[in-house]
Amino acid sequence: MNWFYFSSPSTFYGLAGRLAPWFFVAAALLAAWGLYLGLLVAPTDAQQGEVYRVIFIHVPTAWMSMFLYFVMACYCGLSLVFNTRLSAMMARAIAPTGALMTFLALWTGAFWGRPTWGTYWVWDARLTSELVLLFLYFGYMALANAFEDPRRGDRAAALLALIGVVNLPIIYFSVQWWNTLHQGSSVSFKGTSMHVTMLTGMLVMSASAWMYAIGATLVRVRSVILERERRTAWVRSLGAA
Amino acid sequence: MKPRTKRAVAIVGGLAALGVAAALVLNAFQSNLVFFFTPTQVAKKEVPLDRNFRVGGLVEGGTVVRHKDALNVSFKITDGAESVPVTYTGILPDLFKEGKGVVAEGRVGTDGVFKASQVLAKHDENYMPPEAAEALKQAGHPMAKENFAGQGGGNPR
Repeated sequence: MNWFYFSSPSTFYGLAGRLAPWFFVAAALLAAWGLYLGLLVAPTDAQQGEVYRVIFIHVPTAWMSMFLYFVMACYCGLSLVFNTRLSAMMARAIAPTGALMTFLALWTGAFWGRPTWGTYWVWDARLTSELVLLFLYFGYMALANAFEDPRRGDRAAALLALIGVVNLPIIYFSVQWWNTLHQGSSVSFKGTSMHVTMLTGMLVMSASAWMYAIGATLVRVRSVILERERRTAWVRSLGAA
Repeated sequence: MKPRTKRAVAIVGGLAALGVAAALVLNAFQSNLVFFFTPTQVAKKEVPLDRNFRVGGLVEGGTVVRHKDALNVSFKITDGAESVPVTYTGILPDLFKEGKGVVAEGRVGTDGVFKASQVLAKHDENYMPPEAAEALKQAGHPMAKENFAGQGGGNPR
């Protein structure tokens, strides 16, 4: 078996098309289960009452915003080191989903902060570094598309993405390193301070966000491949068939 | 070295250098990155007295006084070691409660009272149903921890 068979855009195009619907189905099923657990089964919170249920969207999207950036940066590193065509296209395909997740985390956080903290927004270390992450995604997308030659755009944006990796530990550890208005992590490598049903709902929603992100990336990378390879014989033959 | 090995070394080396630089910068700005000061820092006068700043801690039990004719309220913020008297005029957030986390923005007046222009509630990272919270309380395990929300309120850094 040739391990690099699917690293060619033309073969990956077909694989992505076949896999994507399954990830969307998994995302929908997990979201239905997760929302059922979160909105109907999970108990009221002793401190915050019902408003804490924002957590079932907020935390999964915040996790995905950081994780997707990490994956995107890994693809950027691969593309710079090995000059593989597909890695740069994958990085481009991940960016909009990552930006969407970051935006959702900030947006839901604002509407959670208003009733609990008493404000939509504060410039504390956690919120500010997450906003910087959103700008990093925007910057990546802008830079990648700022060049006539897409390969130059790939390289410039890949460098930006790699530099931005510094922000990830800052976001994650901001609530430990500094005094922030944002509370500490409820789930860490050491354990959790959440009731078990609440935690299950949140993890199921995270799995759903994960499946959605993979599906969306696969669909998007197909259009990136088509656009990039539009002059090749295999893309032309798609149109003829 | 092959070109691609060179590129890999350059990227890993660059990221390491960047990480060290970021760590040094963040360390240098450590004191500017805190969102609030603790009452101990206020007592030691380690706070900017000429401009607004924030004080964070727990609302001390039994110190909340609401004036019935207006939105005036006074209370004390404590970190276990020291406490700061605060006055505020306005609507308090829903989660404002004695023994719970709070962050107030304002400045210290000549009388030593902190005049807050904004009061925010800071909740902790524990999520549990009311029955579980009640059971914990009866077992002598109050939910309001000494170092609130996982961030050492008692020991200033």
